[in-house]
Amino acid sequence: MTRAPDVLPQHLGPRNERPAVDSGRGRGPLERARRSVQSFLDYSRGDSYAGAVTAAELSERLASYLTRATGGAVAIAGLRQLPGGASRETWAFEATLAGEPQPRRLVLRRDPGPTSVDSDRAHEFQILRAARAAGVPVPEVYWLGDDPEALGARFFIMEYVAGETLARRLLRDAEYQHARGVMTAQLGAILARIHALDTTVQGLDFLAAPRTGRGAAQTEVERYEQLYRGLAPEPHPVIELALRWLETHLPAPGRETLVHGDFRIGNVLFDADGVHAILDWELAHRGDPLEDLGWMCVKAWRFGGPLPVGGVGERDELFAAYEQAGGGAVDPAAVHFWELFGNMKWAVICIAQARTFLDGGVASLELASLGRRTAEVEHELMRLID
Amino acid sequence: MQDRPTTLELLAAVRDFVIRDVVPTLDGRRQFHARVAANVLAIVERELRDGDAQLREEWTRLRTLGAVAADRDGGPHDVDDDVPPADPATLRAAVVALNADLAARIRAGDADHGSFRAAVLHHLRATTDDKLRIANPGYLAEASR
Repeated sequence: MTRAPDVLPQHLGPRNERPAVDSGRGRGPLERARRSVQSFLDYSRGDSYAGAVTAAELSERLASYLTRATGGAVAIAGLRQLPGGASRETWAFEATLAGEPQPRRLVLRRDPGPTSVDSDRAHEFQILRAARAAGVPVPEVYWLGDDPEALGARFFIMEYVAGETLARRLLRDAEYQHARGVMTAQLGAILARIHALDTTVQGLDFLAAPRTGRGAAQTEVERYEQLYRGLAPEPHPVIELALRWLETHLPAPGRETLVHGDFRIGNVLFDADGVHAILDWELAHRGDPLEDLGWMCVKAWRFGGPLPVGGVGERDELFAAYEQAGGGAVDPAAVHFWELFGNMKWAVICIAQARTFLDGGVASLELASLGRRTAEVEHELMRLID
Repeated sequence: MQDRPTTLELLAAVRDFVIRDVVPTLDGRRQFHARVAANVLAIVERELRDGDAQLREEWTRLRTLGAVAADRDGGPHDVDDDVPPADPATLRAAVVALNADLAARIRAGDADHGSFRAAVLHHLRATTDDKLRIANPGYLAEASR
């Protein structure tokens, strides 16, 4: 059990106005940041929360849910938990539906424990459905479990998409040599499609948007500055310098679009042909589309690879593919801003993780050691700041 | 005085044990955590060896920066015969306080340009390099290539 408790100090919660990217979920931005980092930590995948149901029990309840949902007898086989981070559970299984000769390979995404009406899973379901309709490669979603009684928590069921997510394999294994060559252009084109998605038409009005009177960049910088000031146990002049740089180099407000929010190589499902699906839409919000391009270039997501785009591609290639696919003109200086912002954000997340350990909430060696990874990100910030 | 092995020698022995004897018997998540544990021990060894010297140098650089700022502000400064606190805990607390001062100056815009900015950048680059020499020397070697 390594699910981080929400230790967000009271003064960091909603003050006079609602935090811009809280999206009314009743959770603090710190929890959102934590979820982001949990999905980054491949080695933390496979955790489950205390009180998790057994596979046998879940299998039985899934069968009865799907029997009700489809109106015919459903047989479940091979239910197993997949690596999936601490903010939700992911299970793979096969379901044979009445009248179908072949079993379907499906995935269950389940909230970690009982939740309120305004569920993460319901939002994720809607975003995935809208993304797929817009031609973004994502798993097809089938059933949204509105009744938490059915499986003990909110959930949805989607298509199982085969593939690899381990960035280190992409960077080093011979079988992904072709994928390494084509991936940057694919990612640019996919991002253009994501950013073209009309959130008003698709019913995604729950997505958090930049604060009134402030641009997307200022909203995001202020959000992480607030986290930093509330959480850092000691002063960090480098983060202070980065915040000052960001505040004095805010890009002129441009387009406001859907932003994936965690668009990096670890959230790309790939195979030998390249990108298969874009995963983990939990941090989606409305903002500056170039935020996604900058985050993709953050050094931590290169996993030791030599090139800036996820270790496998050049920035120019990413930008050209994005523009060619209708993403709009890319200002490299604005992407640089977002890359620097991304490093600041990652440094703050490292500090937040260490703080969880220091507060005694989670006796985890990996959280403790993340405190010392802040040094890597500070070094990168000093390289980026001129 | 304690007998040999020294603290560093004992830590190295534990680290060798974890890597050679424990890691191969585990798999998955626990094996990963055993590797993290060995890595944390290596950090502690390097910090025990070099941490105090680094902290004294950081203290000296921060005092010099303070003098640069005071000079610019026309305030008094006299750091020529300054020496860092001998007690490690006092030294650490002093560096935290100096870093808080520096952070406040940066936040106020004092390091936005000019010679003070150059001095701050120089100091922070030296500091982040030193932090990596303890936290992850491999990263520093790769980044400097």
